[in-house]
Amino acid sequence: MSSTSPTNHTSTIGAIGAPSRRNTELALLVFAVAIPVFAYANVGLAINDSVPAGLLAYGLGLGLLAGVAHLVVRKFAPYADPLLLPLAVLLNGLGLVCIWRLDQSKLLQSLPTFVTAAPRQLLYTAMGIALFAVVLAFMKDHRVLQRYTYISMFAALVLLLLPLVPGLGANIYGAKIWIRVPGLGSLQPGEFAKIVLAVFFAGYLMVKRDALALASRRFMGLYLPRGRDLGPILVVWFISILILVFETDLGTSLLFFGMFVIMLYVATERTSWIVFGLLMSAVGAVGVASFEPHVQQRVQAWLDPMKEYTLSQQGVGGHSEQAQQALWAFGSGGTLGSGWGQGHSDLIRFAANSDFILATFGEELGLAGIMAILLLYGLIVERGVRTALAARDPFGKLLAVGLSGAFGLQIFVVAGGVMGLIPLTGMTMPFLAYGGSSVLANWALIGILIRISDTARRPAPAPAANPDAEMTQVVRPS
Amino acid sequence: MNKPLRRIAIFCGLLVLTLLLRDNWLQYVKADGLKEDPKNRRVTIARYSTPRGDIIVSGGDPITGSTVTSKSGVNDLKYKRTYQNGPMWAPVTGYASQAFGANQLESIEDGILTGTDDRLFFRNTLDMVTGKPKQGGNIVTTLNAAAQKAAYNGLKAQGGKGAVVALDPATGKILALASFPSYDPSSFAGNSDTDAKAWKNLQKKYDPNDPMLNRALRETYPPGSTFKVVTAAAALENGKYTSADEKTDSPLPWIMPGTTTPLKNEGNIPCKNATMRVALQYSCNSVFGKIGADLGNDKMLAEAKKFGFDAEQFTPTRSSASVFSDNMNQSQTALSSIGQFNTAATPLQMAMVASAVANDGKLMKPYMVDKLQSSNLDTVAQTDPQELSQPLTSKNAQILQSMMETVVKDGTGKSAQIPGVTVGGKTGTAQHGVENSENPYAWFLSYAKTSDGSSPVAVAVVIEDDQANRDDISGGGLAAPIAKSVMEAVINSKK
Repeated sequence: MSSTSPTNHTSTIGAIGAPSRRNTELALLVFAVAIPVFAYANVGLAINDSVPAGLLAYGLGLGLLAGVAHLVVRKFAPYADPLLLPLAVLLNGLGLVCIWRLDQSKLLQSLPTFVTAAPRQLLYTAMGIALFAVVLAFMKDHRVLQRYTYISMFAALVLLLLPLVPGLGANIYGAKIWIRVPGLGSLQPGEFAKIVLAVFFAGYLMVKRDALALASRRFMGLYLPRGRDLGPILVVWFISILILVFETDLGTSLLFFGMFVIMLYVATERTSWIVFGLLMSAVGAVGVASFEPHVQQRVQAWLDPMKEYTLSQQGVGGHSEQAQQALWAFGSGGTLGSGWGQGHSDLIRFAANSDFILATFGEELGLAGIMAILLLYGLIVERGVRTALAARDPFGKLLAVGLSGAFGLQIFVVAGGVMGLIPLTGMTMPFLAYGGSSVLANWALIGILIRISDTARRPAPAPAANPDAEMTQVVRPS
Repeated sequence: MNKPLRRIAIFCGLLVLTLLLRDNWLQYVKADGLKEDPKNRRVTIARYSTPRGDIIVSGGDPITGSTVTSKSGVNDLKYKRTYQNGPMWAPVTGYASQAFGANQLESIEDGILTGTDDRLFFRNTLDMVTGKPKQGGNIVTTLNAAAQKAAYNGLKAQGGKGAVVALDPATGKILALASFPSYDPSSFAGNSDTDAKAWKNLQKKYDPNDPMLNRALRETYPPGSTFKVVTAAAALENGKYTSADEKTDSPLPWIMPGTTTPLKNEGNIPCKNATMRVALQYSCNSVFGKIGADLGNDKMLAEAKKFGFDAEQFTPTRSSASVFSDNMNQSQTALSSIGQFNTAATPLQMAMVASAVANDGKLMKPYMVDKLQSSNLDTVAQTDPQELSQPLTSKNAQILQSMMETVVKDGTGKSAQIPGVTVGGKTGTAQHGVENSENPYAWFLSYAKTSDGSSPVAVAVVIEDDQANRDDISGGGLAAPIAKSVMEAVINSKK
């Protein structure tokens, strides 16, 4: 909705009689379940020369989960975007297959950190889809989230700072982005903070956008914001830097700051904010990198993965062979890949099924497979932005673009890191990678996007029933 | 708000596009480099995923094998290399170790042995269609098992460090290639702790005898008096003397040009104005030193190069380049011409010298791979004998042969005589170390000629023995008996 035309009333948008597309979604879901089932059979045939015993259970399980999700959408969000759910189910299903495939690796089984990850991931997926159903069933309108703007801010800060609490936070291989909950295992609160923070930004920017956009001075072709309006961006920037310094997590801090700049730009339509955002992230990243050894080491490993590999082979502490191993995995996959179950991506060892899961896809499905997966992610992001375009309220627009922008940035940061395009960060591929927090948070994210898209595509209520009431308005002297 | 939204949509599209481009760079442009990177463990995994093809000696017996790796613990390498008589054949095979990589033939022909070579493409495609597992091809070498055994056992009995190379002069086929002390490549073929320990103990750091050095191809020694064969060839080729029995212009003592030092001979031997035949028979330094100085650096260098000096040979295992220097003054050239000063030669090089003389002046390119076979024994590649150069005319070669035969008949090489066979040879005792303080190297190079006039074998033997008494070391005493047994082995196997 354009802020310059207040007369552009919702009832004039021609969505009346728009098809619900639920049957399209169902048809796509059939594929989204069938493809991972075939992949699962393929892995079993390649590794054990037999169709895996759990094939039927897996197929039924994934089908059941997809079916439940579909029915929930049919019931509570009948006009939702038909692509989002099948895309998420497909990626989640492929991720499960890949995790199961890596569970079969003797090399990974010999590692002290090994757990049989596939059943857990299946459980997380079930929990994720349950959370998805809860979001759709209990959040009838995404605008209720607007009420929790400042509570969200508080919640986001708590979530982000939790890993720093002594006794709760856990430093896992250099990045302090985990908390240990007794009885539950480790959690990555940052994944949830992504959503909560998007709610806060959307609520805050919706209220302040006019002040931020209009009260500015023009200088050298750029609209410079007033000093006091710079406050919020400075605060977010500062928090990002704090995350980087204290949790040594480049990815999360980049993600939050990037999301904020995107939403700020959409809210104010001022290019100057992007310029400011880029300058500030550059200053922040370079500044922190100049004194934070963990960040420096990540950059070194990115510039010369071979040296890093050699150092790790020589047993020099703090160095990891993973980056180079991932590059070899991608290269060995080539154009068409080695085929499911026939690669050697387990050489990556630690985190092969989480941070580095894309390398397994790269080796076994090849360039073709990775391009397909990247396009699937691209589709999710673009459907999210499409939802933002179609949304009729500014809060919904901002929330949708914030969530899908953050999703897109996360894909870029993780895939770019694993493929050696940018330094590695400690984040995971949504849906594909093993990890409860990631699966739960991303299903909630898809739930919210589906809720917004349902509101956006829902036909307008029928015109007012009482024609007399309209008549009286018409004859009222103005 | 929609205009910035559209821009964000484009921005997100660009992010994905960047990733797609990077992926194409990684998985298409860079893929082959990453895939074949020797540090990429997949290369090793592929190498040992199927039984490796074998290296076979000319009689048809394999000298390598493969065995299934023990299943204990995590081992992603299914098969392990084994060797028959590992120490004897190590200079030929090299090693293929799960933990330490491969070298020499095992590395050079790795594609054939693992079955990934493009020349096996048709076969592999056929196997893929018929569902047969991929199999490696074989390497058939030119080596003669009896000659190799004689060479290795001779060195072993001698006990000192040394090497033997035997060639077939007519073709350049390598018949024996032995180095001592040697190592057993089986001892570290796996990747267990035992293998790692065996490997460590074989390194020069822990074993001063450096058993992993392939002395036959990679070590250069001063050739000493054996180099006089090259000098004699240069004299004949450049027309300085035209027959073996022509008196040479050789004063005694001969003062080296530009110095006041006479070039000494070993003992009181008849070298004054001796014929080349007599000079070679008694190994006169003064005669051949003067020939070298008179011909000059350039002509000597040209002749040495024709014999293969100053170039690496690829058999296909690379040999070190032997050395005859450039830009030397006359006295340095004189010393170089009797195989001292900077002159240094691999055993392979001196065997090439003997083989060129025996083959009537034609030097054949030495090689050890006769043919490559696919797993069903089809020949995929065959090595044809190739002429490397012609250091001597046929006539001059025959003159030189008669001189070398005199050496064995009446001179320093008597211990290489074989009844019923004409043997030509030359002994050498090369001094080295500062002020010649270290024990000299004992050399012997020879060839055998059967009654039909053909020459089936040329041999070079070198022994570096720091245990032996200095006086005992002489090519005739230590090296010639080994050369003799190798020649006999070749002749007997032809019968």
